[in-house]
Amino acid sequence: MSAEGNAARPAHTAPPPRSLPGGGERRLHRLVAIVADRPGVLNRVSSLMRARNFNIDSLAVSRTDREGFSRMTISLHGDDIAVEQAAKQLYRLIDVLKVQDVTAEPTVEHELALIKLRVTEANRGEILKVIELARGRVLDVAPDAVIAEVSGSEAEVDAFVAVVRGFGIKELVRTGAVVMARGAGSIEEAVKK
Amino acid sequence: MTLTKGDRARRSHMPAEGTEHAAAVERAQREMLHEGSASSSVPAGERAARPRIGADVLCEALLRQGVEVMFSYPGGVILPLYDILGDYPQLRHVLVRHEQGGAHAADGYARATGKVGVCVGTSGPGATNLVTGIGTAMLDSIPMVAITGNVPSALIGKDAFQEIDINGITLPMTKHNYLVRDANELPRVIAEAFHIARSGRPGPVHVDITKDALQQETAATHPSDEEVVAGLPGFRPTMDGNYKQLKVAAAELAAAERPVILAGHGILHAGAEAELQAFAERINAPIAWTLLGIGAIDERHPLAYGFMGMHGWKHVNRAIQSADLLFAVGMRFDDRVTGNVRTYAPYARIIHVDIDPAEIGKNVAVEVPIVGDAKRVLATLTPMVEAVPAERRAPYLEQLAEWKRESEGSSWHGSGAWRDGMLSADYVVERIGELTDHEGIYVGDVGQNQMWLARYAGFRHPNTHLSSGGLGTMGYAVPAAMGAALGVPEREVWAIVGDGGFQMTSQELMTLVQDEIPVKIALFDNKKLGMIRQWQEIIYAGNFHSAHLMGPDYLKLAEAYGIPSIKASTPADVDEAIRFAQAVDGPALVWFEITGEQNVFPMMPAGKGLSDLIEEWGTPE
Repeated sequence: MSAEGNAARPAHTAPPPRSLPGGGERRLHRLVAIVADRPGVLNRVSSLMRARNFNIDSLAVSRTDREGFSRMTISLHGDDIAVEQAAKQLYRLIDVLKVQDVTAEPTVEHELALIKLRVTEANRGEILKVIELARGRVLDVAPDAVIAEVSGSEAEVDAFVAVVRGFGIKELVRTGAVVMARGAGSIEEAVKK
Repeated sequence: MTLTKGDRARRSHMPAEGTEHAAAVERAQREMLHEGSASSSVPAGERAARPRIGADVLCEALLRQGVEVMFSYPGGVILPLYDILGDYPQLRHVLVRHEQGGAHAADGYARATGKVGVCVGTSGPGATNLVTGIGTAMLDSIPMVAITGNVPSALIGKDAFQEIDINGITLPMTKHNYLVRDANELPRVIAEAFHIARSGRPGPVHVDITKDALQQETAATHPSDEEVVAGLPGFRPTMDGNYKQLKVAAAELAAAERPVILAGHGILHAGAEAELQAFAERINAPIAWTLLGIGAIDERHPLAYGFMGMHGWKHVNRAIQSADLLFAVGMRFDDRVTGNVRTYAPYARIIHVDIDPAEIGKNVAVEVPIVGDAKRVLATLTPMVEAVPAERRAPYLEQLAEWKRESEGSSWHGSGAWRDGMLSADYVVERIGELTDHEGIYVGDVGQNQMWLARYAGFRHPNTHLSSGGLGTMGYAVPAAMGAALGVPEREVWAIVGDGGFQMTSQELMTLVQDEIPVKIALFDNKKLGMIRQWQEIIYAGNFHSAHLMGPDYLKLAEAYGIPSIKASTPADVDEAIRFAQAVDGPALVWFEITGEQNVFPMMPAGKGLSDLIEEWGTPE
């Protein structure tokens, strides 16, 4: 029925199904957004991502050096077209000034984690040593716990967490990745005046 | 610092006495009880000498934006506005009977005039009642500014009387929204709201204003248009299509043998009807339209092919399914248009023109994306494309014409009486179109009546077909017709509404009378929720749960409101009844008693493809 009327094609060749947007290979994307520093902007962004069915892996927000601008690093999984759609939806928000998908660009990526570990008299020395070897830093020492800090790429933080997990993690907090494109290009400067 | 449970218990939740904050809360609480509020201290006779307050700024700003009418309903915290409204006689105020009616009226006004519609409500329930109307406007990209009052700013977050987080509620369903706590911000915010509502892809903007901001004395000045634009660096709609993409599109169009133009609401928003016609004539391609694209082209034009989609014409869907190129402009490939995307237009490459980049590639993958205003893109593109003479398209256009004859012939179109001699709805719609010379404004509700209107009324002009397409809001027709009639008094306005939708917002009948708004209501009474019944018959194995609907004696109802009315139950009654309503100077109601079992065909069941149209069901007529 669907092939009707197309004289140029033989009747027996059924057309291939039209591909759906967002049906491609999913991978981790990093979006960097410059937004107006106004009350409610974070709510607008998170509400939009929820309503449009995008699942945010992490979201890091901070001020920039320019008055009135904030910066968000949004990490999410999806295929390239779905994430492009997310970026375009973000642009519809009046308070969003610039969005860049930096996934394919060379970037510097960093995340910070604080981990509170259970310690005993017996293993404190070992734990402190492991933290140091794994390029962490000790921020707080209590009789039965230590807080370690580690920063690096998400993979480096993952690796550190894996190493210390065996000692017993009481608490863990991660900031989510922040990223910046390498080189002289600047998303802040790219924001139209 | 960490606050433990114990700490919290020891702390008073009230601000410490004697602080500035405590004084503000106390003041606000007094004002909620209307004791000694700023405006009530001014005796009525001394209004002229009174100070300029936030509510004045709001009225000034509305007048600067060219607002001539607002649809609203008062309430506690918005009363400061009503206290000074009498000083602005140029602002017509229509007191609706329910805020939803006000929002739909503003929407109808905006669709019919192309201007920004304005509705006003109070906090809490006033605001939540507006929500359905705001959502309706959002889904159909209607320029609207909805204004609500809110509790005094010091009481925000305290669950004060009639307080609800309306800003949080409208956030995901507006183009933008504001909460204003300072009268000095009002000039900028109102100017921005109108600019955002009408520019680029239009849409509703909600402005929530605290009571104290409405009462606050202010000397704030209004910004210039340039200042408004400069203050919104994140809002710069792309108007002109990318030249390289236009060239690619021109090449695609030159190569196409079976092109179909898909015209949507964006044509009407951009006022691109003439450009669309010139474009279609240059390449000799048929124009199909979406529900909201009705009026993009005069239906009598030889290249005007028809209404597409779920209840569209079979010949139109057939053309789309066999097309080798779709040129879509100002439409968004809604599921009611595409059906199953997998099997949609399987041979077609797609050029998609839209002012909103997020619409491109959202529902279907496209070959050539063009972001821009429909009018500007078509005006630039038309001279760039190779003209295709009618002779080159002859076999294609002949085939299309044959399909059209076939599908129109097999429809129940114009059959007048249906089974058992009962009145058929499509006939009534067609007669209303004919007897108004197709020069009226026709406002559909939602359901079968909406589809009959779209298929059979016969449209000649843009902005004369109003319909809640995206949200599908029952109860839309009567209040929206009210707004349309006020906006375009030179056209006869007809509300085409089923008995289900009518009973949702019939309270606005009184508004029609009080404000002398001459809406003609064609009430299609099949004593059913007709589209529900149709789906239950075809998809739910005839399990007609809740499809049957009782209604009042509509003649008595109309009489109670003081609205002249008449009943028509047979094909022979139809013309006379329509003429009766036309002869009334003011609102009128025609009660069409139509058959209860008629279905709208063809029908594409949800989830199926455009090629899977159902054309009849059960015992044929």
